[in-house]
Amino acid sequence: MSIMSVPKAPRIWQLAERRYRLIGTQCLKCGRVFIGPRKICPQCGSRELRDIELPKRGKIYSYTVVRNPPVEREKQGPYIIAIVELENGCKLTTEIVDCSPEEIDIGTVVEAVFRKIGEEDKTGVIYYGCKFRPVK
Amino acid sequence: MSMRGEVAVIGVGMTKFGEHWDKQLRDLFVEAALEAIEDAQVDLRDIKAMFIGNMGSGLWVEQEHLGPLLADYLGIPGTPSLKIESACASSGMAFRLGVISVAVGLYDIVLVGGVEKTSDVTHGESIHHLASVADREWEAFYGMTLPALFALIAKRHMMQYGTTREQLAKVAVKNHKHGSYNPKAQFQRPISIEDVLNSPLVADPLRLLDCSPISDGAAVAIIARSDIARKFTDTPVYVLGSGVATDTIALHDRDDITTFKSIVLAAREAYKMAKVEPKDINVAEVHDSFTIAEILAYEDLGFVKKGEGGKLIDEGVTELGGKIPVNTSGGLKARGHSPGATGIAQIVEIVLQLRNDAGKRQVSNAEIGLTQNIGGSGASCVIHIFGNKR
Amino acid sequence: MNFGERIPAIYGWGSYIPIYRIKLDDIAKAWGEDPVVVKKGLEVEEISVRGPDEDQVTIAINAAWNALKRAPEVNPKDIGAIYVGSESKPYAVKPTATIVAAAIGASVTIRAADYEFACKAGTEALISVIAQVASGMIKYGLAIGADTSQSWPGDVLEYTASAGGSAFIIGPKSTSSVAYFEAQYSVATDTPDFWRRDEIKYPRHMGRFTGEPAYFKHITLAAKELMEREGFKPSDFDYFIPHQPNGTFPIRVALKLGFKIEQVKPGLLSPLVGNFYSGSSLTGLSRVLDIAKPGQRILLVSYGSGAGADAFSIVTQEAIEEKKRLAPTVDYYVNRKKYIDYATYLRFSNKIYGL
Repeated sequence: MSIMSVPKAPRIWQLAERRYRLIGTQCLKCGRVFIGPRKICPQCGSRELRDIELPKRGKIYSYTVVRNPPVEREKQGPYIIAIVELENGCKLTTEIVDCSPEEIDIGTVVEAVFRKIGEEDKTGVIYYGCKFRPVK
Repeated sequence: MSMRGEVAVIGVGMTKFGEHWDKQLRDLFVEAALEAIEDAQVDLRDIKAMFIGNMGSGLWVEQEHLGPLLADYLGIPGTPSLKIESACASSGMAFRLGVISVAVGLYDIVLVGGVEKTSDVTHGESIHHLASVADREWEAFYGMTLPALFALIAKRHMMQYGTTREQLAKVAVKNHKHGSYNPKAQFQRPISIEDVLNSPLVADPLRLLDCSPISDGAAVAIIARSDIARKFTDTPVYVLGSGVATDTIALHDRDDITTFKSIVLAAREAYKMAKVEPKDINVAEVHDSFTIAEILAYEDLGFVKKGEGGKLIDEGVTELGGKIPVNTSGGLKARGHSPGATGIAQIVEIVLQLRNDAGKRQVSNAEIGLTQNIGGSGASCVIHIFGNKR
Repeated sequence: MNFGERIPAIYGWGSYIPIYRIKLDDIAKAWGEDPVVVKKGLEVEEISVRGPDEDQVTIAINAAWNALKRAPEVNPKDIGAIYVGSESKPYAVKPTATIVAAAIGASVTIRAADYEFACKAGTEALISVIAQVASGMIKYGLAIGADTSQSWPGDVLEYTASAGGSAFIIGPKSTSSVAYFEAQYSVATDTPDFWRRDEIKYPRHMGRFTGEPAYFKHITLAAKELMEREGFKPSDFDYFIPHQPNGTFPIRVALKLGFKIEQVKPGLLSPLVGNFYSGSSLTGLSRVLDIAKPGQRILLVSYGSGAGADAFSIVTQEAIEEKKRLAPTVDYYVNRKKYIDYATYLRFSNKIYGL
C-alpha cells in the first residue's frame, strides 16, 4: 500500500483508549450521546458534557458491504460496514464481523468485540478498537 | 442586504471531464479559464480576484497553495487568488464567495473556478482520499467509504419509503441519456436499466452504474457586477439566490439519514433570496454523486414531498421534456464528477441553458435554473438560483 | 505451601476463541497427507483460526473483558498488575499488557509486562500476579495467556496450532473469590525441544524429542513435586489439567501420573479447538471452572518448551456458582464456529507471502 496518508502513532494514541473502551460523550443538558469527544453539544449548544462508557450492545441501523475498499484495506476482501444504534441511542460507524451479509439485517442485535482496525504498514503501529458482531 | 440580481455570470468554460492522462492540474485549470475568458470577452487583466474550488490537491497531487499557482500560470501573478475547500462542494462554495466579493463592491470582475486532478493515483488511493470528506477518525478510520455512506442512506430510504432498486437505476439511465447530448460529458453512451442492475456491486445496494466516476476536470465562470455585465455580453445570467448550510460531519450523528438537512437549509436561504419557489424552477443541476443522492435532492429541494423522490423519476418529470429537467448535462453520473470542479460545472450547464446555448439538450423557455452541490454525505451544501432576467 | 495471610484466589475467569475453524481433513488434503492417519496420531478433529482482524492482543483483551464480567466487585482501577504470556505477540517490542490495561480502563499506577516461556508464558504471568497478591504488593492483578499459535505451512504443528486464550482476575481469598491457590511449584531445564529464533516467523521443533525428554519429563516432575511436597495423591484432585499440545499427550501423561481419564476429560480442549500455546492449559482451567462445584480441587500443570512446567493446586469456593453465568463459557465459544477452507486459513493466518 501507499505510505501516504496513513495515521501515525501520535494520532492513534490520542483516541486509542476511547476506541478500545467505547468511550463517548453525553450532553448533560439535552442528554444526547456522541461517539467522539466533544466540548460543545451540536444539538443544544450546552458546554456541559461528560465522558461516558457506551453500552456494548445495540442494533444495526443501516449497513452495506464495501467491495471497493480504500488502499489501506485492499487485498482483504469485502467487508460489512454499518451504523449501529447502541442501547442508549448513540449511533456510531463500525465494521460488522464474524458473519456474512446474509446473516444480518437492519435491526439485528450486535455486541462489541475488540479487534484490529488496521496498521500503518508491516513495520508500523497497529490500530485497535471495537467492531460489532451479531449476538447469537 | 440582499445579493439578489447584483451579480451576473458573463462567461463560462470547462474542460471535458474524464481521464486527462497528459495534463496536470494547472493545465486543466488554464484550459477552462481561457475558454471562459473568451466566452466573457474580457481581458485577463480585467480579472480582479480568483476563487478556486478544490477538494484534495494536497492528497491527489501533493500540491497546496493553488491560489498563487493558478494565478501565476494564468499569467496574472499579483492577482488576489485563493483555494476554497468544501469537499465535493468546493467550487460551489468558491462561486458563492466570489459572488459575495462582487456584491459588496470589492471587485468588478472575478474569476471563480474549480479543478481536480484525480487520475494520477490508484483507484484504492482515490477511494482513500475521497473518504477524507467523511469523519476520518469516527467513520473512515473504521473502513467507511463515500459509496458506502450513500449505500447506508439508500438502504434506509428503501426501507422507510419503499424506494425501489429500479427507481435508483432510472436516475442513472436518465442522466446517461442526457450525457449523450453533451460533448463535454465523460460518458456519452446511453445505458439501460438492465445495464445498471447487472453492473458490479460497489456497496450494496449501489452498483457501479449508480456511482459517478472520479474524474479529472476544470470549470470556470467569470462573474461581474450586474450593472456592467452587458458591456461584455448580451446574455448575462443573473445570480438570484444563494444558500449555504452544513450538517454534522458524521452521518451517524444525524437523527434521520434519509434527508440532508444541509440541502433543506441552503434551499430555504436560496429560494427566499431569489423570491422563487420550487415550482418556479425550469431546469436544475443536482448533485447525483450516487443515484440515491438525486432522489434525496428532489425531496430536500422541495420538488416533491419526502419519500416521493422515486415517484418523480418514475413519472419522467425530471427528464428532458419533463416539467423540471434535472441534470441535463448528464449530471455527475454521466458528465463526470471532478470533486473540486463539479460545482462550477453545474453552473456552466445552467448558464448555457438560460442563454439558450445548450444545443441538443436545450430546455425550451428556461428562465430560472438551480444548482445544488453537496460535500461528503451532505455535511455541506451550496445552492444557487439563476435567472436570465434580473 | 504457606502463602501467608493473603491467600491468592481467582475472582473472575474468562476466555475467548475466534469463530473460525478448519478441519484437519482440509489441512491434510492440502499437503497430500492421509487425514485418517493424521487425526489418529493427534486425536484432534479441528482447530480454531483467528479472523483476519484478530491477533494475540485482541484475543487477550476479549478474554480479559469476559474475566472482568465475572468479577463485578473488582474495579479495574484497583488492578495493580497485568501480565500477559504469549509467543505470538504482534509487536516484538511493545507490551501487549499496556494495550490490555488501556482496554479495561486500568489505572496508570500499574505494573504491566509480557512474559515469554513458550507455552507456559501464561502460567508464568499467573505466578507473578499470585506472588504480588500474596505479598501484598497489589490488591488485584490480571494474568492472561493468549496466542495465535504459529506453525510453518506444511509442518505437523499446523494441524494443532490454533488461536485462543484466557484471563484471570486474581486477588486475596474472600467470600467473593471463586477458587484459591493452595500450592505452586515449577521446574526448568535447558532442553531445546522447540524454539523460534529472533526474526524468524515460525517456530522449529525436534519432533519426537518434544515428547519424553520434554513434555512428559517436565510435567511429571512438576506434578510430582507438588504432590510430594503437599502430600497429595492423584485421587485427591477432581480435575487434572495438563498442557495440551494435541489430544494424546495429555491423556498419556495423566495415566502415567496415576490419574484417571475422567479427571482429564473436562479440561481437555485440544481435540476440539487445537493448541492455544500460552493459552492452552489456562483455557482448560477456564473450562473446568465453568463446570466445577464448590470445594473441588484442581491440578493445573502447564508446559513450556525450552523447557519447564508450572504446577498449581487450586480449590474452588462457593462464589463460583453465581459467577458462572456472568460471561460466556468456553463451550459457548467452542460451539460457535464457522468453517473455512485451507486457502482462507492461509489468508486469515497471514501465511500468504506478500500480504
